[in-house]
Amino acid sequence: MALRIDPSHNRFRDIVRGKIKQNLRKYISNGEWLGRKGKDVVSIPVPQIEMPRFRFGEQGQGGVAQGPGKVGDSLGSAEPGEEGKGKAGSEAGNHVLEVELSIQELAEILGEELALPRILPKGKERLITQKDRYVGIRRVGPESLRHFKRTFRQALRRQIMMGNYDPHKPVVVPAREDKRYRSWRTTPMPQSNAVMIFIMDVSGSMGDEQKEIVRIASFWIDTWLRSQYEGLESRFIIHDAAARAVDRDTFFRTRESGGTMISTAYKLCAKMIDDEFPPSEWNIYPFQFSDGDNWSADDTSTCMEVLKKEILPKVNMFCYGQVESPYGSGQFVGDLRTAFPEDPNVVTTEIENKDDIADAIRAFLGKGK
Amino acid sequence: MPHRKSQLPESLLDIQRSIEEHARGFGLDFWETSFEVLDYKRMQEVAAFGGFPVRYPHWRFGMEFDHLSKSHIYGLSQIYEMVINNNPAYAYLLEGNSMVDQKMVMAHVLGHVDFFKNNYYFSKTNRQMLDNMANHATRIRRHIERHGLDKVESFIDVCLSLDNLIDPMSPFIVRHETVQPEEKDPPPVEVPRLRAKSYMEKFINPPDYIDERRRKLQEEREKPKRNPPEPERDVLLFLLQNAPLESWERDVLEIVRDESYYFAPQRQTKILNEGWAAYWHSKLMTERILDASELIDYADHNAGVLAAAPGQFNPYKVGISLLRYVEERWDKGRFGKEWNECDDYDTRRMWDKSLGLGRKKIFEVRKLYNDLTFIDEFFTEDFCYENQFFSFARNASSGNYEIDAREFKKVKNKLLYQLTNFGEPFILVEDSNHDNRGELLLRHRHEGVDLHLDHSRATMASLHRVWHRPICLQTIVEGKARQLRFDGTEHSERAL
Repeated sequence: MALRIDPSHNRFRDIVRGKIKQNLRKYISNGEWLGRKGKDVVSIPVPQIEMPRFRFGEQGQGGVAQGPGKVGDSLGSAEPGEEGKGKAGSEAGNHVLEVELSIQELAEILGEELALPRILPKGKERLITQKDRYVGIRRVGPESLRHFKRTFRQALRRQIMMGNYDPHKPVVVPAREDKRYRSWRTTPMPQSNAVMIFIMDVSGSMGDEQKEIVRIASFWIDTWLRSQYEGLESRFIIHDAAARAVDRDTFFRTRESGGTMISTAYKLCAKMIDDEFPPSEWNIYPFQFSDGDNWSADDTSTCMEVLKKEILPKVNMFCYGQVESPYGSGQFVGDLRTAFPEDPNVVTTEIENKDDIADAIRAFLGKGK
Repeated sequence: MPHRKSQLPESLLDIQRSIEEHARGFGLDFWETSFEVLDYKRMQEVAAFGGFPVRYPHWRFGMEFDHLSKSHIYGLSQIYEMVINNNPAYAYLLEGNSMVDQKMVMAHVLGHVDFFKNNYYFSKTNRQMLDNMANHATRIRRHIERHGLDKVESFIDVCLSLDNLIDPMSPFIVRHETVQPEEKDPPPVEVPRLRAKSYMEKFINPPDYIDERRRKLQEEREKPKRNPPEPERDVLLFLLQNAPLESWERDVLEIVRDESYYFAPQRQTKILNEGWAAYWHSKLMTERILDASELIDYADHNAGVLAAAPGQFNPYKVGISLLRYVEERWDKGRFGKEWNECDDYDTRRMWDKSLGLGRKKIFEVRKLYNDLTFIDEFFTEDFCYENQFFSFARNASSGNYEIDAREFKKVKNKLLYQLTNFGEPFILVEDSNHDNRGELLLRHRHEGVDLHLDHSRATMASLHRVWHRPICLQTIVEGKARQLRFDGTEHSERAL
């Protein structure tokens, strides 16, 4: 049923998706759409556009509520005092609804909200997503699949029953209803052939905010790709002046200091691919996040060398997200763009703040490679 | 009362009539009320439009709809009741609700309609708002057809960012004398003289000095009058009257202002209005309407409506508790000098003069009070402790909200503070020709809390879109008087 509200609703969704009215984008709050609770569940807030108005700042926040508790007890980070029930709204309240969803549902919503195309399966010779096996017999089918022996056996049986089989003159003529065909069933082959390699710069210039952005972006990429491939592998590499492979937990928590040599991470990544993930069997997605500050131009040229020869030929796509940092020079994204101006498999994007994360994910995954 | 427009099935109509009869028996006084049964989609749509079936297209209604439908899908909350302040009143029932829910909603809605009709703060609202909203929609659609969706919608956005700059009390108070007709010939300027004997006159009132004074006074008189003559709280009205707007823009701004004023009393009486309706649905249901078989379901749903989860402020709950508290006090004669001066705990606890004035008192409260005055007058220390109120604030170091006080004074102050001007800052127009350059000067009446500066700057940009000349805002930032200025391209700031 068409509703009167539909145009307004579509309008809102278009604004949220960034299709129209760019000037409102800065007022969209997506809240914290990260937050993996327990295993499979996450809270999804609702996008909201808050028009700027004259209002009180930080000091004025807070309020009055009811309930037990001592002075100093925490009420959590969300603003309490929200009204529970919906009365006819005369004002646009600050409704932040927390919806708990399974990862699968979430990835679907993500796919819808971000308008991501499905990631396409790679060519057959590399990735067998399904296999046909002949498992039974049917009465209908193409002649090419006719089961000769069964058909004749059936014909023989019929002729005996009808009494027109002469053992002395063993002529068997299959009739139409005697014909038997082979039938097949399509079995999806279990897939364990995509790997994401997350590379993060943890040098001194990457602050907590930058890492938070990386964390959110990686989480969503992870979530999305997991919804596309079963048995997805993730690998994590952190680097400053040296690179090392770490587990997920370390990846998100480490803060190191020191210089930055991106080439070390690339070399490690290339090695990892060679040792563990032959590209003939794996979809490989490296995602690199950095503030774009590399140690030297020499190192940068080494990077491009490694990337060109050892990584790009083997991966589906190489994504580079540059997080804005007050300390970094932000040089690297430009270098990459200069080195691979035409290569559609190199995706670069700049992430200035949390609001740009959605754009970055769209840039990375929107291509459906 | 005839129900001409009602589309209710006969069974519900009978129930409505019976509830209305009981309600009148208790003294409720409401307009004819039309209930309409909607399916959940339509219900969400109407709710997104703020209760009105027809409004102009705008993304914020879409946003509201998005939130409502999501919260419906995930079972977070459902729309409980919806009623429009209009004569006749319109209210909606959700298709598929159980009969006990429908009864409860009808009883609740009658409470609201009684409140709309009788509460003083609603007395100046437009009672034909249903039609009016539809007219607004038509006008805006016409502008959209002529000027394009993007252009009109963007201007609506601008107006929305200003829609709290109204003076909710202005319908009740004449703030400005109507302009006196100019006197035809103002008397010549008189310079006051000191008394002097005639021979001393030219020493005590030297002619040079007198001439100079006269010239000064003359100049003063001829100086252009300040506009506005007094600081103006209704910024939207001021802009309507003074800003260089195209006629469609003026129309849009007028519509936004009109609707803002229409909704203002609902924002002013949230606690009292909801409390009143909850009080009456509870009373009507339990004492008159409820069928024995429905009792458990009713109790369950009622508990949901009145739930005060720890750390929540539920206006239904606070409103009904406070009304019952007032009723009890006046029933037992717990008011007046004698009561106030009694500080013996046991005497106070047992105090019961059996006056039975409670019902009368709460009817008076519903007629004369809004949230601010309601809380100010009846939110007592006893009530505060009994109901476990606390105030909370953000802890700067952890970023979490924490309980910061349970003392009655602090809690009440915080509550009153939040209800004053809807918890929004006072912004006044001071001068429309600031620095003699046609700049608009606004002043924030600082009462202890600074403005949100990012929002303020963005709002000033909206103002610039309307005023077309630089906007200045005087406020206090971290204890220092500052003037923010936006000239159309750049924001600047200086000390005052």
